Amino acid sequence: MTGPRVVITGMGWVTPLGSDIDSAWSKLVAGERALRPIERFDAKTFATDFASEVPNFDLASFLGEERAARHEKSTINVKFALAAAEQAWRQAGLADGAVDPLRIGMYLGSGEGAPDFERFAKVCIDSYDEEAGALDTGEWGRQAKEQMIGWREIAQEPHSSLVHLAEEFGCRGPVANCMTACAATNQAIGEALELLRYGDADVMLAGGAHSMIHPLGMTGFIRLTAMSTRCDDPASASRPFDATRDGFVMGEGAGMLVLETLDHALARGATPIAEIVGYGSTADAYRITDMHPDGEGPSQAMIQALRMAGINPTEPGPDGRSPIHYICAHGTGTSENDRIETTAIKKAFGPMASKVPISSVKSMLGHLIQTAGVVEAIVCVQAIKTGIAPPTANLNTPDPQLDLDYIPNQARDLRDAGGIDVCLSNSFGFGGQNDTIIIKRYEP
Amino acid sequence: MSRRVAITGLGTVCGFGVGAAELFDALVDGRSCLRPISLFDPAGFDSKLAGEAVESDGSAFSAKGHVPKSYRKAVKVMARDIQLAVAAANAAVQDANLMTRGIDPDADTTYPSLRMGCQIGAGLIASDTAELTDAYVTATADDGSGISYAKWGGVEHGKGMNRLTPLWMLKFLPNMLACHVTILHGTTGPSNTITCAEASGMLSMGESMRVIQRGAADLCFSGGAESKVNVQGFFRMESAGRLAPTGTADEGVDIVRPFDDTATGTILGEGGGIVILEELEQARARGARVYAELAGFASSQSRPGYPDGADDVGMRSAVTRALRDADVTPDDIDAIAPLGQGLLSVDTAEAGALNAVFGERASSLPVISLVPNVGNAMAGIGGLQVAAAAMAIERGVIPNRLHAGEGTMGIGGGSAEGVQPRCVLVLTGSWGGQNAAIVLKNAS
Repeated sequence: MTGPRVVITGMGWVTPLGSDIDSAWSKLVAGERALRPIERFDAKTFATDFASEVPNFDLASFLGEERAARHEKSTINVKFALAAAEQAWRQAGLADGAVDPLRIGMYLGSGEGAPDFERFAKVCIDSYDEEAGALDTGEWGRQAKEQMIGWREIAQEPHSSLVHLAEEFGCRGPVANCMTACAATNQAIGEALELLRYGDADVMLAGGAHSMIHPLGMTGFIRLTAMSTRCDDPASASRPFDATRDGFVMGEGAGMLVLETLDHALARGATPIAEIVGYGSTADAYRITDMHPDGEGPSQAMIQALRMAGINPTEPGPDGRSPIHYICAHGTGTSENDRIETTAIKKAFGPMASKVPISSVKSMLGHLIQTAGVVEAIVCVQAIKTGIAPPTANLNTPDPQLDLDYIPNQARDLRDAGGIDVCLSNSFGFGGQNDTIIIKRYEP
Repeated sequence: MSRRVAITGLGTVCGFGVGAAELFDALVDGRSCLRPISLFDPAGFDSKLAGEAVESDGSAFSAKGHVPKSYRKAVKVMARDIQLAVAAANAAVQDANLMTRGIDPDADTTYPSLRMGCQIGAGLIASDTAELTDAYVTATADDGSGISYAKWGGVEHGKGMNRLTPLWMLKFLPNMLACHVTILHGTTGPSNTITCAEASGMLSMGESMRVIQRGAADLCFSGGAESKVNVQGFFRMESAGRLAPTGTADEGVDIVRPFDDTATGTILGEGGGIVILEELEQARARGARVYAELAGFASSQSRPGYPDGADDVGMRSAVTRALRDADVTPDDIDAIAPLGQGLLSVDTAEAGALNAVFGERASSLPVISLVPNVGNAMAGIGGLQVAAAAMAIERGVIPNRLHAGEGTMGIGGGSAEGVQPRCVLVLTGSWGGQNAAIVLKNAS
């Protein structure tokens, strides 16, 4: 590994199990599940009518009334991003303006804002030319100007999180927002790491926010038949690595990390929470709908990350245990992902694959889509801090094809076994992007 | 010694056709393609002109003629943005004289798949409004007041969401530009999709440059594509106050006024600009034509361009750092290629930064300008800008500049007559305040 070491000095999240890191973490360790019928809109007739919503979210409880009011004209994902960033910013001790704003960058993997479904649909319906049996685009423009809300449309642009974070926290350094579907925030963390190693910034906000719990977001995945349809039992619907799994469950939220070069963090008296030591990124280049069955892409992403971290995956680690102490799996609960991820882990780790404890917190949180990577990165940090690996909930019927250690239902307390020092986290995106990061306990 | 990055292939799609020579010749001739919109009826909007993409013979653009026969069916699931990217990538590969599986599935490829990456900028892609309307009208509320959630979600065959093709969502996921390009050309190295409006293309190129420098790939497809020439795109852009009212004009060239206090907004164009970036030594070893070296890059965040106008602190920093990254001084720059889209808030920031960095020279430096010719192609514009600048270096010619009105911001006074540029600064601000700057050098 070349370039400076990079550490996490601040973390924040907004999840369906709560927005305080420690309390949401306790729920994950206890196997609590956030999956319920959708409340945000009437989804009763949808083939999947449940999801994992962030309950009772109020931006003012994070920023205060006055600051929150500045962000009123934004969609819910941007508000999630602000709440997560505020936590991370505070924990990192950046609130006092100690760092030159031009040396603080942002690399996010935020998603688009939710469409204004009812107004948008009504404008379309009102612009339909019955005689022609088709949309009248001239009329659409006129109807849109009468009925739709300008800012509500502008706010859907995926750079919106950056705009509001720049406004709120004053970051003026290197910047990007990436959208590689479910791999996005792992990729954002990885690229932020590279940017810091290159020396283009001292501090990076890395993470993102996303919510597809809206009628068109649910429509898209229902049409693709990618989501669980277990409407009679939402709590147990997300079943990663289980033989009866029938698709993922939609979640929403945000996660944000403050990443910083180690020297910079120490010089300003910030406390390193953990170190990012590995990043790998590949593409399947296979199909827009499917992962390549040979698992080569995900496996190569893991191998690259492990190589950067200086870890030989096929041999025991220096402590005689598995080379990685915990894998936070992508584990979506689709038949395909869990099978291929298992294959890919075996390819990367060889004889060590069966020794590594693996779990999917999507069994409890649902799938936070673009936000999954950063939230799971925080899960890894918590695992390192506590020595406990969270479980894969709803794993009651082992799939004979999937024979690794998926930590079924009960969290694994590894404190007596030497704790958890090094974790690997996978995120794979629809369309074939694979991103892996490795997080390690900070040692001076 | 650090690895250097060459531009060895240019692929552009715009209102002048497919291919960078088509674009550059039009710039040299001083032609503009901003004309009345044919893709939809703009009656409801104040802007009624755009630069619509065409084939080089002037016929309607489609990606069908730019993909292998076996892939033509997939064009049906590609939004216009994706088609622009796919065609631009194909043109770039051919221009670079590369062999990929997209050119011949049976031939030996120039590079192994894992050594090729793909970073492509994209926008918020509009769903197909006509297709959605066709589905919405089957799910109207009984009282005629708009959409019925119950009917939209209901499982009645061929109605509501069931009217949409199963792959509906994949037509407009932003990462599908890069996904199709990776699938077509078999690139399995790092792949990313950056979504920062006009800055997307150049941010992608900056990331590709770093990927090659750090050895994660030897070649990258890089750039971006976008079409906001549709009702949703127009509504968003007009709501943001970004489009110039075009009245009854049937040409846009006199309406777009870059760096002019009297500017009234921009005009949209469709564009895809993908370049082939390649590690310099390997490019030379295979005898590739090197248009220019991508020698420097930096990005930054301004105070966002809306609602209050951008500042130039971020832009200045991006320009200064890009020059330093390329190891050149402002005096080494022979020409500048700022975006200059005719939008006061962003143009002011670009001009402010250029004036600050170049001092008195700012007003005498030749300007390579595109928007009055091709329109603002948003995520597609960076690829077009860099392609034009690379052509200028390779051909030793700076194209004529189309410019309505007088430049009043100290930019654009310089004569291009006889200037053979060896070092060009390309820069852009953007809607959300993300800035990117790139320095191109003659590589010989």
